Amino acid sequence: MENQEYIIRIKNLEKTFVTKTATVHALRDINLDIRKGEIFGIIGLSGAGKSTLVRCMNYLEVPTDGRVIFDGKDLGEMSEKELRKARQSMGMIFQQFNLLSQRNVLDNVCFPLEIAGMSKKEARKKAADLLSMVGLSEKAKAYPAQLSGGQKQRVAIARALATEPKVLLCDEATSALDPTTTKSILELLKEINANLGITIVIITHEMSVIEAVCNRVAIIDESRIAEMGEVSEIFAAPKSKIGRKLIFTESFQEMPFGNEKMYRIIFDGHSSYEPIISKIVMECKAPINIWFAESRNLNGNAVGQMIIQLPEDEMIANRIVNYMETEQIRFEEVINDGSTSR
Amino acid sequence: MDQQVVNMILVGIGETLYMTFFSSFLAYLFGLPMGIILVVTDKDGVKPCQPVQQILGFLINIFRSIPFVILLIMVIPLTRAIVGTTLGPTAVVVPLVIAAAPYIARVVESSLKEVDAGVIEAAKSMGASSWQIVYKVLLPESKPSLFVGGALAVTTVLSYSAMSGFVGGGGLGDIAIRYGYYRYQTNIMLITVAILVIIVQIIQEAGMKMARGGDKRIR
Repeated sequence: MENQEYIIRIKNLEKTFVTKTATVHALRDINLDIRKGEIFGIIGLSGAGKSTLVRCMNYLEVPTDGRVIFDGKDLGEMSEKELRKARQSMGMIFQQFNLLSQRNVLDNVCFPLEIAGMSKKEARKKAADLLSMVGLSEKAKAYPAQLSGGQKQRVAIARALATEPKVLLCDEATSALDPTTTKSILELLKEINANLGITIVIITHEMSVIEAVCNRVAIIDESRIAEMGEVSEIFAAPKSKIGRKLIFTESFQEMPFGNEKMYRIIFDGHSSYEPIISKIVMECKAPINIWFAESRNLNGNAVGQMIIQLPEDEMIANRIVNYMETEQIRFEEVINDGSTSR
Repeated sequence: MDQQVVNMILVGIGETLYMTFFSSFLAYLFGLPMGIILVVTDKDGVKPCQPVQQILGFLINIFRSIPFVILLIMVIPLTRAIVGTTLGPTAVVVPLVIAAAPYIARVVESSLKEVDAGVIEAAKSMGASSWQIVYKVLLPESKPSLFVGGALAVTTVLSYSAMSGFVGGGGLGDIAIRYGYYRYQTNIMLITVAILVIIVQIIQEAGMKMARGGDKRIR
């Protein structure tokens, strides 16, 4: 069955907020499928609609139009009771952690189990196990006010996992944390994904988060999905304008693109270990000017790009382009304004 | 000061405490649910229901705008129907509850509104029902604020109870009015006022202590 492959399917989703003064289209024509067991990233600038999108996934926000199918069932067709039950299969963590300030850490983790109707004793036992999984056993009796941001998020993760959900929704979960803590929380999410097989949906405005943990990514811009695909693919060759803006570093965006014969070479992980530039120079016997280069580590693969300028001479330039084509090097010409074409 | 006056003041203290705490207790029985309904049915609430919210809010405002001295007289027929008499501390409990319940509803409302919307959203995301959100999130999370509001409400009831002297309700206020106003015995009035001040201090301090003691947000 086709449904077996996807845990969340979103079809033609629209969300409109009507206020007294205006109608705001928060989301338009959203179609996306999240595979079982993957880590799916949703990135966009603030106000792009990504937080609304993740809330549509558990119907905290009811879509104006379109369908959300969770584990083969349409959330829109569920009664309120069924919906509450379904939400217990979807954990959620937040930027501001949202822990209960008057409950200690252990009781915070017990909270969703109490809601699900588990006995206090059983809930306590399970919560203790979860706390040891997130490495916070010794803080069981502490209150949220006594914890650091990273510790609070670990408690929130333990709490979100208490009801053994199939999906973990993360809404800007690392945005309030410092880089080191962010890294450790992302590592924890990766572990949870690998060990428990829980599908994770990550909402963020930071490309580094997507880069660190996601398998696939959707880029949201102005209420629509601008582009979607494998992270390695999108990092290597972002097609949308917003994709380029998010992925390329500022120094790249500020380059003077008035020049002619600029090409972008894409290193997608396979080509990274070959001395491409040296080969071009030696084979074509022509000088190449390197304008810009960057690379990053994506799940152990070196992915990157390099902007080169070819000699003015049309013949030499064509020779190099032909060489790159025959060598199956991924490249594209960079047009004036920094956008590219194949 | 002779023994008779001392006895009278002691009885007055007893009556005042009885009126204050019994009325506050009954007023909370009505005011607390009303406050919860106000918050839950609010347009940003857990279960928005504008008609209920607005009608309840309107009724509360009406009762809150009636001056207590007037209310004391207005509800006399009701008091007679419920208590059987219109004199004495128990008779005053009726107007006190009617005056205090809407006030308490507003105090409770403002306490519950302090609860972080994100925490409520988190509870929703776990599949909590509206009722579960009320008694597992809204009430426990606003507990310190509810205690502060409680001290506020009880002291307000205490000051209302002092006005009951006008209708022969008993208590320290009654003594102050009878001796200080009608008989020009200023010293007895001053003593009763001093005792009222002490009682208010104790209630206020107790409320704040309970709020602080129960608040886990303090490191």
